[in-house]
Amino acid sequence: MHSAVAHHFESLEKQAEAQRLGMWLFLATEILLFTALFAAYGVYRFLYTAAFSEASRGLETWLGGVNTLILVTSSFTVAMGLDAATRGRTRRTAGLLGLSILLGAVFLALKAFEYHHHFAHGELPGRYYTGPIAGSGGALFFTLYFLITGLHAIHVLIGMTVLAVVAVRCWRGAYDAEYHVPVELAGLYWHLVDLIWIFVFPLVYLI
Amino acid sequence: MSPLPAGDPPVYAARNYLNTPATGLRSWLTTLDHKRIGVMFLVATLVAFALGGVFALLIRIELLTPGPTIMDAMTYNRIFTLHGVVMIFLFMIPAIPSGFGNFLLPIMLGARDVAFPRLNLLSFYLYLAGAAIALWGMIHGGADTGWTFYTPYSTTTTTKVVPILLGAFVVGFSSILTGLNFIVTTHTLRAPGITWSKLPLFVWSIYATSVIQILATPVLGMTLLLVAIEHAFGWGIFDPARGGDPVLFQHFFWFYSHPAVYIMILPAMAVMSEVVCAFSRKNIFGYKAVAYSSLGIAFVGFFTWGHHLFTSGQSPYDAGVFGVLTMFVGIFTAIKIFNWVATLYRGSISFKTPFLYFLGFLFFLFFGGMTGVALATVSLDVHWQDTYFVVAHFHFIMVGSTIMAFLAALHYWWPKLTGRLYSERWGLVGAVLIISGFVFTFLPQFLLGNEGMPRRYFAYPARYQALNVASSAGASVLAIGFSVVLVYLLVALRHGPVAGSNPWGSRGYEWETSSPPPLENFEVVPAFERGPHEYHDLPAAAPGAGEGRHA
Repeated sequence: MHSAVAHHFESLEKQAEAQRLGMWLFLATEILLFTALFAAYGVYRFLYTAAFSEASRGLETWLGGVNTLILVTSSFTVAMGLDAATRGRTRRTAGLLGLSILLGAVFLALKAFEYHHHFAHGELPGRYYTGPIAGSGGALFFTLYFLITGLHAIHVLIGMTVLAVVAVRCWRGAYDAEYHVPVELAGLYWHLVDLIWIFVFPLVYLI
Repeated sequence: MSPLPAGDPPVYAARNYLNTPATGLRSWLTTLDHKRIGVMFLVATLVAFALGGVFALLIRIELLTPGPTIMDAMTYNRIFTLHGVVMIFLFMIPAIPSGFGNFLLPIMLGARDVAFPRLNLLSFYLYLAGAAIALWGMIHGGADTGWTFYTPYSTTTTTKVVPILLGAFVVGFSSILTGLNFIVTTHTLRAPGITWSKLPLFVWSIYATSVIQILATPVLGMTLLLVAIEHAFGWGIFDPARGGDPVLFQHFFWFYSHPAVYIMILPAMAVMSEVVCAFSRKNIFGYKAVAYSSLGIAFVGFFTWGHHLFTSGQSPYDAGVFGVLTMFVGIFTAIKIFNWVATLYRGSISFKTPFLYFLGFLFFLFFGGMTGVALATVSLDVHWQDTYFVVAHFHFIMVGSTIMAFLAALHYWWPKLTGRLYSERWGLVGAVLIISGFVFTFLPQFLLGNEGMPRRYFAYPARYQALNVASSAGASVLAIGFSVVLVYLLVALRHGPVAGSNPWGSRGYEWETSSPPPLENFEVVPAFERGPHEYHDLPAAAPGAGEGRHA
């Protein structure tokens, strides 16, 4: 039997099935974590429609757009990496995961640049807000903006760490064509991080 | 390995999970064995229960007289908050799923362990870490918001609400990981022969609980985090002074916390479905109805949170819809009650301690459930809102039922956990004290609430005193009952007679292995031909007939 099978599983396939199911359930909890924030965003957008659309128009849509492209590309390279792993070419996987991490870092750098821009214009959450929009709406928009994009950025960081660990193990030859479930799971997590952004981008920047 | 033939002396398994691979503290703290983790959860939650119980007694002592008795108003606010936080987050939510669930679920599936043993241990340490953070907050000032942390009060109070929120947040992740582990284990680690229609009903209910745990807890985590951020930095999200909506908090909070009461009651139902079969020696009546009604409760439970907001400015239309949806829970619960009672019909009932708790459970579930249906009626709720009627209702259904089930489980599986039997005579004394103490504590509170006494006040008009004294007297009976149970169980731990693998003559899969079970649960991978609740092919001998032959 394969050395990666834990004693309480009958086979590698059964263990992989358990790990995949576990990951999907974990992703469900992640989605619900964000759902609370999305719901709050929806409620306040309804309560402060004018202020929210004004604040939203003030964001740099092109930056958000570029970041969306970057994350989607990084998901593509992760998928390529998994494909390479299924063929047993784990060095290639390590390289592709490294590229994804790099793209994640570019995403974060652009996000940091955007944050810096907000800070300079007093666009801060809650009581720190000194931006141009009168009333509570603008401040609340940036509260939710920082909560949502901040939590997402934390997830990007975690995802990069997970990818890095898996990439190193790939490079060292820990996985092969038969056993590469960790690559798959790390990939799933990264796709989720990407997918959440796909919802964040239109919600915060476009509508 | 059906029940031991008469005359065969029961055996204490020499090689068991308590002494393999080692017995030292270190081997426990680093264990990946689900049974040990379950036992550690049980011990930890019992410590929390004792702490919450002390807070409860302080509340009842304070309410003996209309004015100040032993503390000032601010201290009282802190005490009832801590009582709620400790009992709910540290005892009732984890006790049965994380404690008994961990111990039993893999054995009932014929598995060697849960799917992710390391995650399981992490879950225990997250629980400890969360409890430690909350405890730190309690020692350094506590909180005075009530366990519901309603905004905007919770975001402006000067008490230490942030560490308590963070503690609950961390404990939530423990709950999520345990639920995730159980679902994956149930799907992937069933032994040959255990199909979904042959799953023990305990597993069905714990599975339904796990679904709620993983779907609802993240929302609570986020909500508590938002309150902590609001309290610490003033980001305005729930603060009406900054345009925020405090009612939104209530929606978020109850989106978790209403399903959370089913996290408490479903495991209780899980235990009772096992106990009722074992002590009436009957096949369960309506296996599928009992199994699916657990899933039904888990599902409908997500759409009832609005009944906590009847008086918070919800539209009458919403209130009506939430009221009706709430009553659906009553239907699923009634399905279970009817099936349990039908199981008893013409059964060979033996009134052992777990069965006594089953009777107490039926009473509390039925009484508490009916008052719940009454409270779900909007026009009545407006009258009872925030009175002791609500307090008595949720103590009956949530606390009463859960504690009955917890004690039933503790007694029913005690021989499996420890390999020894407790004293049935003292078991009877303890059960009578606890059940009657519970009724005497909370029945007066229904009357108080109906007369209009509001909850969460440390003083009250003199005309309420008689009933308050009655309630406090009941609480002291309850305290004595719990002490009795604690003492005889501790005595049984060392001096109890050897139980043998199946002292009850139960058909549950977990009784097929020795007591205490070996590290790997079963010596060989078991294959089960029959269902876990099938008694029809057995002679109707009284369970526990072999007990006491061998002191």
